[in-house]
Amino acid sequence: MLTVTSLECARGDRRLFSDIEFSLDSGELLHVHGHNGSGKTTLLRTLCGLVLPVSGQINWNGDDISDLAEEFTQHLLYIGHKNSIKDDLTGLENLMVYSVLDGHPIAEKEAWDALSKIGLKGFEDLSTKVLSQGQKRRVALARLMLTKAKLWILDEPFVALDKAAVELLQDVIKQHISNGGMVILTTHQEVEMTTGTVKQLELGWKKQGHV
Amino acid sequence: MFRAFSTILKRDLTLAMRRKSDITSTLFFFVVVVSLFPLAIGPEMNTLRLIAPGIVWVAALLASMLALDHMFSVDYEDGSLEQMLLTPQPLSILVLAKILAHWLVTGLPLVLMAPVLGLQYDLSADAIGILMLTLLIGTPALSFIGAIGAALTLGLRGGGVLVSLLVLPLSIPTLIFGAGAVEATVSGLGGEGHLSMLLAILLMSAVLAPLAVSMSLRISSE
Repeated sequence: MLTVTSLECARGDRRLFSDIEFSLDSGELLHVHGHNGSGKTTLLRTLCGLVLPVSGQINWNGDDISDLAEEFTQHLLYIGHKNSIKDDLTGLENLMVYSVLDGHPIAEKEAWDALSKIGLKGFEDLSTKVLSQGQKRRVALARLMLTKAKLWILDEPFVALDKAAVELLQDVIKQHISNGGMVILTTHQEVEMTTGTVKQLELGWKKQGHV
Repeated sequence: MFRAFSTILKRDLTLAMRRKSDITSTLFFFVVVVSLFPLAIGPEMNTLRLIAPGIVWVAALLASMLALDHMFSVDYEDGSLEQMLLTPQPLSILVLAKILAHWLVTGLPLVLMAPVLGLQYDLSADAIGILMLTLLIGTPALSFIGAIGAALTLGLRGGGVLVSLLVLPLSIPTLIFGAGAVEATVSGLGGEGHLSMLLAILLMSAVLAPLAVSMSLRISSE
């Protein structure tokens, strides 16, 4: 369970938000809203432990995430604005490298399957620099099909995806939630969920977020 | 853990093979700088023999400085670095793999090219042998030390100049003992002392640099 108490973050001298409180349990999804510049990305990066908060606590099953370090990151999958894939490697190679880094090495067969499932059949062994923006995003998101991480933190996962891919990704997220996973995401699209609980968090000056 | 190490090593070597310009530019710079001196100074063999170790070493130092730019910046830009920070693998192991890959790609070619360049300076076979040995021990040390500077200046504008300012002072001992070992051997004094110091620098930097780099990367990527 992820618990956040009185979290405050700043970027340089500018305070982005303060007093953020929420908790996220198995089978729950948190949808973070906010206008541009309200600190959505910073919040997500803080929850991953990439950015240190000004004050406040982020606990994973009761322990501070900065103390847990690798014991927390093994449960975490973060996909940010950047696709984090290597342009000179093929989609397959990218997935294989990440599977080892994530601690669950996969066979090449599984990587082929994941890529064809996400709609990249025929593009698996092409260097990703020849792929379109949306296809690169798909390669990055194919990791969701292979990971064993419980907590997914997704920063604008639907950007650059076509309609079919958006629906596919929604299904993958639903599946993860119904299997008892947790998802935190930001998006400007409405995410329709049929299973699990969807929590909303609003960032911004007027309404400080409480869930 | 070992699997993660070898995966990153293999990944970086594959990337380097697919983008050869990084390797060749460093090597080309090294060859050109070293080759210019005999042309400028003239065919005075005694002078050339005397200055050869120093010039080869200074050129190797500058070439390795030139290559530092790419060590982490590409990973930083495409987001892979963030992911490396978030994997359950010890970051210093991944960093060690990256530095090793970087050395294999930019440092080792310099070592292998040294004998050819030594001929221009009329160095004896012994001197060339010891020059290669010092470069073999010294260039990885330069990669380790340089990695700290590269990690600290990640994402800064004008980082290149700053890296040189940070790293050059730290690299001076390597330079002194590296060039000194060759001179001492040639003059008959024996270069063992210099070589031991060089090896000590390598071992110390190999232990401390990955830790320092990991911390710097966490700060730089915030």
